[in-house]
Amino acid sequence: MTEARDIALTVNGQPRRARVEVRTTLVDLLRDTFRLTGTHVGCEHGVCGACTVLVDGEAVRGCLLLAVQAEGRRVETVEGLAPDPAHLNALQAEFVRHHGVQCGFCTGGILMSLTAALRDNPRPREPEIRDTLAGHLCRCTGYQGMVDAVLALVASGAPAPGPDAGSAP
Amino acid sequence: MTEPAAHPAARTSGGGYIGAPIPRREDARLLTGRGTFVDDLEMPGVAHAAMVRSPHAHARVRRIGTAAALALPGVLAVVTAADIADIQKPWPARMPSPVPGTLVRHGARHTLPPDKVRHAGEVVAAVVAESRALAEDACDLVTVDYDVLPVVASPAAALAPGAALVYEELGDNIAAHIVQRVGQPERAFAAADHTLRETFRVMRGGSHSMEGRGVVARYDQALDAFTVWDATQAPHAIRAMLAYLFDLPDHRVRVIAPPDIGGGLGPKASFYPEEALVCWLARRLRRPVKWIEDRLEHFVSAGQEREQVHTVEIAFSRDGTLLALRDVFTHDIGMYGALVAPVITACTVPGPYRIPNIHSELRAVYTNLPPTSAVRGAGRPQGVLVMERMMDRMAEALGLDAAEVRTRNLIPADAFPYPVGLWFRDGAPLTYDSGNYPELLRQALARADYAQARREQAGLRAQGRYRGIGVAICVEGVGLGPFEGAILRLDRRGRVVVTSGAPPQGQGYQTTFAQIAADAVGVRYEDVDVVTGDTDAIPYGVGSFASRVTANAGPAILEAGGVLREKILAVAAHLLEAAPADLEIVGAAVRVRGLPDRGVPLAQVAHLGNAGVAFGMIMPGGLPVGLEASAYFTPSQAGYSASAHVCILDVDPDTGEVAIVRYVVGHDCGNVINPLIVEGQILGGVAHGLSNALYEEAFYDEEGQNLARSFLDYPLPSAREMPRVEMFHLTTPSPINPLGVKGAGEAGTLPVPAAVAGAVEDALRPLGVRVTRLPLNPARISDLIHGA
Ligand code: FES
Ligand code: FES
Repeated sequence: MTEARDIALTVNGQPRRARVEVRTTLVDLLRDTFRLTGTHVGCEHGVCGACTVLVDGEAVRGCLLLAVQAEGRRVETVEGLAPDPAHLNALQAEFVRHHGVQCGFCTGGILMSLTAALRDNPRPREPEIRDTLAGHLCRCTGYQGMVDAVLALVASGAPAPGPDAGSAP
Repeated sequence: MTEPAAHPAARTSGGGYIGAPIPRREDARLLTGRGTFVDDLEMPGVAHAAMVRSPHAHARVRRIGTAAALALPGVLAVVTAADIADIQKPWPARMPSPVPGTLVRHGARHTLPPDKVRHAGEVVAAVVAESRALAEDACDLVTVDYDVLPVVASPAAALAPGAALVYEELGDNIAAHIVQRVGQPERAFAAADHTLRETFRVMRGGSHSMEGRGVVARYDQALDAFTVWDATQAPHAIRAMLAYLFDLPDHRVRVIAPPDIGGGLGPKASFYPEEALVCWLARRLRRPVKWIEDRLEHFVSAGQEREQVHTVEIAFSRDGTLLALRDVFTHDIGMYGALVAPVITACTVPGPYRIPNIHSELRAVYTNLPPTSAVRGAGRPQGVLVMERMMDRMAEALGLDAAEVRTRNLIPADAFPYPVGLWFRDGAPLTYDSGNYPELLRQALARADYAQARREQAGLRAQGRYRGIGVAICVEGVGLGPFEGAILRLDRRGRVVVTSGAPPQGQGYQTTFAQIAADAVGVRYEDVDVVTGDTDAIPYGVGSFASRVTANAGPAILEAGGVLREKILAVAAHLLEAAPADLEIVGAAVRVRGLPDRGVPLAQVAHLGNAGVAFGMIMPGGLPVGLEASAYFTPSQAGYSASAHVCILDVDPDTGEVAIVRYVVGHDCGNVINPLIVEGQILGGVAHGLSNALYEEAFYDEEGQNLARSFLDYPLPSAREMPRVEMFHLTTPSPINPLGVKGAGEAGTLPVPAAVAGAVEDALRPLGVRVTRLPLNPARISDLIHGA
């Protein structure tokens, strides 16, 4: 139950090491050990999407993955999207403009899913945006501000979020 | 929190900030993962609590075995009711009846049940360990012997003769019986051309804020004082409860709602056993203790709004004029709860219509189900559903259009203030302050191209397709008192700091409060900071619920800001050797009007006004000392917002699925401080209402077990299910407060179940379907079609 292992992984481009109990989830590792608290836990059963991070570029539920499964992988979290709150990326800036955030609890996970989706398809249309968001629950916004933020990003022609820092050239 | 905007904020054409769609200053930190929610707080040495919860809905607790749990390495304490005897006082009654001469009865609840549990999920013991995982392991090792008792799992069961009693001392399970009457309803019913009667079962559900409840407490032995960080909507109320239980003066209990709270939506305005337990454990262990609710706990222990059953009758004349209303309903209050929601339901039923004769009768009933609270809308959506369904039925009975029947009965625009004749939840007569319901409905119908939509519907019906149009209009009591306060000061840097009690859970007070304060003091929006939710920062506060904060805190900020401005100008006048009347605040300085080079920075004004010229010196004569001002605003009554929704949808008769074609929202919440934020509130409210109308349903079996305890069994809508909402505003300012504001936090939710139910019944009218129960999920719609 409390067996521990050493793991090494990359988090937001930085190599990190940790000793974790095997049962520790990836989201708990990120939050409790690395103190990256922008990734949240809303259900612990894989439905709400608040815990979404990217692992090797793919959006995954941090509450369903064990930390030991991230051994050797590239993990990206919401903290990696912008250097600080004064320098938002283009997607984040559209979220501000279109009021895509209220309490902000769901927001980190949603930005990560959108980031992965926009890397694959930088010009999504509304149904595709809604499909990406459908992996997330937000109780505050009704999603319309978020959809409008992504539509505005696409319309602005601003470069979509590029490949992540840790990926091979 | 100081987060100056990168660019100057937009102003309105009048030059002010009130009314401007300023993007929120909260957003940047939340979008970059730098928010501070309760579970994010840096708390060295924190120990983690987990709760042992009863699996039974009603049972005597015989014995609790804690030895095995205590023996687990890393476990710090296991506590039961016997251990916390010093704080085991009965919780005070939550709310008197707002209606004179009516019955309200409170069962005595304790932090841990001293004798028996009253709902499945009730806490019977708490475990603290070095990690949450360990604490949960230890919970599994706590053994509890129960004598299981008969369960009452619905109001019907609880009201049956010989039913088990949730609180033996009350003699039955009735928590409240409130009858209100206007005019002479019996006589009106006897004399009317027509009467109609129907029974509706209306479910709301849980709040399901994405962040659950959560609390961290620290105890300082030297000061015998607690500091409690709590994801609460009402920190001052939590302080009052903790101070009462621990027998401490208020100033030794500091409750801080963290800057970020992941949604509240009602249940976080209540007090819960975990808040007392975490404090008790922090004192016992001399370590900070944290408890974070998980989703399963939210399903079984956080406040929820459960089923109401309404039997409603209307009397009306041949021309479609309402003559009388009789609404008799039961409200399942669970094992504990406030009467807020059902009292509001009773008052929401009459809505925007002139109804000269009313009989309203509410029975709130204790059951062995989890506690109840308000959930966004707080009883109002049920009331709207009941009335609007009957308006649809009246239209059908008379062969009139659904919108026309409503129009004929609306309170005219010149009838305000309009007394309904009932008592509202705030203990004041239900008197609508202002509004223009005919215009609101007219515009909503125009936006929805209503006449054209009816023609299209006729065409589709001729092809055998099931298109429906639902119309709902409602009035919403908002901005409830008793008060909210604000302290404004000019700090050392020359910045205005606004402190107010109610904490936000996503409503953007850091932005809207700064807008109001900037206009009141006459400074730039960028030069205002906002502090909320800290009981040590402002002595009194009420909290964020009942769509009340802008209408209470807003005027307080306005008033205190005016006083602060006068003080600033008085001190600056001394520095500038000018009369205060000749001064103006421009940017971060006070200047002499017409003499642009004669000015003094606000920071310098603060230096003199707050610190004196130098230590040991005497303040120049007559100057105000301390550049701060506080004000508490107490509205004379609630304000009344209004909404009109039009829902156009298609029902697939084979699958029972609903596809929303158009959704139009007209909204009037008086003057608007920030349109961007108000629209966001309404969109979120509509989503919650659609969730209630189409998806959410709690299931309890006869043993009181909640059968839907994850998002897999209890669906919430995602972006795919949400239609695009078309919105417009009408503005009838409120005369009750100097800002003319009402409230918008819950508004979107209210008419949605009614509009959707009306549209579904309308779509299936060729089949003769009657919609009397929500949610309208595909299974229920299929049943309706096959049962028709
Ligand atoms: S916390 Fe992982 S999906 Fe909800
Ligand atoms: S913004 Fe609150 S849950 Fe999405």
